Amino acid sequence: MRIGVVTFPGSLDDVDALRAVRLAAGEAVSLWHGDADLHAVDAVVLPGGFSYGDYLRCGAIARFAPVMGEVVVAAEQGLPVLGICNGFQILCESHLLPGALIRNDHRKFSCRDQRLRVERSTTAWTAAYEPGQQIVIPLKNGEGGYVADGTTLAMLEAEGRVVLRYVGGNPNGSVAAIAGISNARGNVVGVMPHPEHAVEELCGPSTDGLGFFTSVLARALAG
Amino acid sequence: MARVVVDVMLKPEILDPQGKAVHDALPRLGFDGIASVRQGKRFELDVEGEVSQQRLEQLCELARTLLSNPVIEDFTVHVAPDTAR
Repeated sequence: MRIGVVTFPGSLDDVDALRAVRLAAGEAVSLWHGDADLHAVDAVVLPGGFSYGDYLRCGAIARFAPVMGEVVVAAEQGLPVLGICNGFQILCESHLLPGALIRNDHRKFSCRDQRLRVERSTTAWTAAYEPGQQIVIPLKNGEGGYVADGTTLAMLEAEGRVVLRYVGGNPNGSVAAIAGISNARGNVVGVMPHPEHAVEELCGPSTDGLGFFTSVLARALAG
Repeated sequence: MARVVVDVMLKPEILDPQGKAVHDALPRLGFDGIASVRQGKRFELDVEGEVSQQRLEQLCELARTLLSNPVIEDFTVHVAPDTAR
């Protein structure tokens, strides 16, 4: 199975995401922001970083990159797409996911190993986890505060679309301690913490992040 | 050439940590009596040709799709005085 990872100007974690795909036994494929072609991948990861220097708003310019037109069309047809950190911001700016991410309420960059609860394990990217399972993976952001209006929040909760929630303190002021959400179909998932940084014992707090990548691989094999 | 100005502000209900940081610095500098500070963005677009109603509507669309995020921000568009010809 081929999993594509998009590199934008200013992407930071694209190489880590490619490595996580390989460690999960997938075929990692580099995708380029300026190339309006997904090269027949079976899933796409939008990695963390500071695409276009976070100018204007985080993810606002990346949304209009040539590759994103293809990602939006494919996502609407059911292609699994995972946005991590800046990738989550890009998914919100693209309107593939509702709401937005704003500056942390305490105004500092957060960087820590973060405990999370997996609220939904029926998405393309979280099937490897048990519902309610707690995991610890790195979190690092300056603009990770998830916001949405009351109607949208009620819809996300009612439809079970909150995928991850912060446990043991809210690190950035996100409403309802939301760390990740999905679209209605469950193929598009955005998360603020970084599963690709928790895939090896040697250089991460755990290997809890690997499940995101094995989930999408298992889904492809089953499908 | 006319100058069209787009002002973008966070919606009132959205927390503005940058504005708060600016506000927190004021007493240190001796500026009293300012109840709050909200920080926004101003875009100046130098538009070729006449700014017709149709052109202005296009620029509003530009403000809606790129310059602002309607989920968290409001915007206003106006032609700068003395530049509309």
